[in-house]
Amino acid sequence: MREMIVDELTQAMHGISRGFAHFLPRLIVLVIIGFVGWVVAYALKLALRSILRLLKFDKLLENAGASQLLSKAGLPSATEVLIQFAFGVAWLGFILLGVSVLGVFGLQEQIGRFFLFLPRLFVALFILFVGLLAASFFSRAALLAAVNSNLPSPRLLGIAIRSIIIVFVLSMVFEELGVADETMLLAFGIAFGGLMLGLALAFGIGGQDLARQFLEKRFVREKEDEGRKDELSPL
Amino acid sequence: MKKVRTADDSILTDEFLRQLINVGEVDILVGLPTHNNAKTIAPIVATIQAGLLTYFPRDRAAIINADGGSQDGTPELVLNAAIDDLRRRSNVSALRTLHVISTQYASSPTRGDALRSILAAGELLRAKACVIVSPESTQIKTDWLTKLLRPVYASEFDLVLPTYSRHKFDGILLTNLLYPMTRALYGLRIREPYALDFAFSGPLGSQFLAQNAWQDETARAGSETYFTLNSIAGHARICQSFLGTREHVERRSSDLIPALRQTVGALFSSLGPHMTLWSAATGSQPVPTIGPEREFTLEPLRVNRKRLREMFSTGVAELESVFQTILSTSTLEELRRIARLEEGVFRYPAELWVKTIYEFAVAYHKAVISRDHILQALAPLFRGRALTFLVENRNGPAETVENNIEALCLEFERGKPYLLELWNGRE
Repeated sequence: MREMIVDELTQAMHGISRGFAHFLPRLIVLVIIGFVGWVVAYALKLALRSILRLLKFDKLLENAGASQLLSKAGLPSATEVLIQFAFGVAWLGFILLGVSVLGVFGLQEQIGRFFLFLPRLFVALFILFVGLLAASFFSRAALLAAVNSNLPSPRLLGIAIRSIIIVFVLSMVFEELGVADETMLLAFGIAFGGLMLGLALAFGIGGQDLARQFLEKRFVREKEDEGRKDELSPL
Repeated sequence: MKKVRTADDSILTDEFLRQLINVGEVDILVGLPTHNNAKTIAPIVATIQAGLLTYFPRDRAAIINADGGSQDGTPELVLNAAIDDLRRRSNVSALRTLHVISTQYASSPTRGDALRSILAAGELLRAKACVIVSPESTQIKTDWLTKLLRPVYASEFDLVLPTYSRHKFDGILLTNLLYPMTRALYGLRIREPYALDFAFSGPLGSQFLAQNAWQDETARAGSETYFTLNSIAGHARICQSFLGTREHVERRSSDLIPALRQTVGALFSSLGPHMTLWSAATGSQPVPTIGPEREFTLEPLRVNRKRLREMFSTGVAELESVFQTILSTSTLEELRRIARLEEGVFRYPAELWVKTIYEFAVAYHKAVISRDHILQALAPLFRGRALTFLVENRNGPAETVENNIEALCLEFERGKPYLLELWNGRE
């Protein structure tokens, strides 16, 4: 009896040792791949930083108003965000490659899926970034145009335009990620339709006076201006 | 065949080039940029022709009309202005043929492209002196041509800018921003840095044509301002010539933004490339002027002050998020304070105005947001300053107006260290 127990324990210990002996090289390979990945990702980071500096990427985004958006979100400069993102993705890719070497059951399939998902994630993030920039730019353009044309509630107009663009962008992002496509599409349709209907009702029924004032201001004053033209000549 | 050199031949159409080659060489070139100016163009062309026949009868001259796609027959009116009628009527005669050529440089008007076509034509024709005449200069007199051209033709100056007799409230953007800031920056008292009627030498025209800013949208919109500023930076010999009355042009509020792009945009853009020059300049010197430097007319003018006040206050309140990225906290706080003032006591002080403009200039250079948005954001603040200028000079004689402009200029000069501090600090 005693011998049997000892045999079983010895076999178990051998099994563990064999397993560990099998696993250890793979773990070492994972560490090595992780380290090589870090080196490659770091080199990529340095190269990308030089290229973006050469292209004056920050300046380009400053002109488009992106830097302001990032600083509002408490993020570092656009170049730094992009560099860190590229570094993270590259390193993570190597680590996952190393993990797949471990041969853990079911993990390889998940890793494969992740790699297939990566391009869509990139596209989604790109859409989100450009969309937020566009929302910021166009809402400010509308705000300035409304102020300089002396239209009522310019800030409301700016916020409305920003909201519409953001809702539209988010629906595109979710569609790209494949997260509840149909639900998102439906939600977008409802939200957008609701927003338009709400604005129409608010403007047409709730704000009859405002609508009248707005139209009078817009068209009647224009006619008056044609006749009076009492603005100072700037040049 | 004569070998000709232009900075960029491709901007001239084959037909235009053929016509220019037929002309050969000229001494004087008159450039006439137009777009739908049928109402005013015929008498202007007639006056130009009379001016050339009267003052330059022995010289070879050509009138080049650069049209931006007029739909009202402007080019035809230019070409049909018959010189024979003029000769019979005014008893003047030319010893040489006066050529008139019209070309369409684009289907939509861009001032920079029009000027570029005229400069390229001037270079091709080897013109000794060129003069640009605005199609809106309805009060042009025959002697304008000699007043503008003679100093260049006599090789005394490279650039002749105009001065006019204007209404005291005409050109408020010039008197309250462009003139004082150009003066403070570059140290030259040029009254009309944004000139629509001006003359220049052939070499100066070629020099400007060869510069690389033609693709830049701001440079194309404000090409006249750029021309002046580049001439200053190139140490060209500049003088002013008094032309007489310039009619008060009534405008609508929508004209302000294009005016800001043509003038302030060009001025702010020039700060970067000319930094070494303007940072070293101190004080200001008068520019040689033929005739008086400036005259003011004082007839009553109806201006909607309430609207100016309202647009200023609305702008300050609604554009707060935009101003936070452009202005310092103290300037914004001051603007908020004066925006709350009643109309009777409202005043946008010169010191605050100068501080505002310098902060805008640095924000523009730094491109904290879209540069065009920065210029648009300046519009409501300019209206506030215009209202103050209007109230300060409402009952004042010409001397008071001139004194107030001079005081503002000195304020701009005094504030220059602040601009440098901001510039270097944010750089």
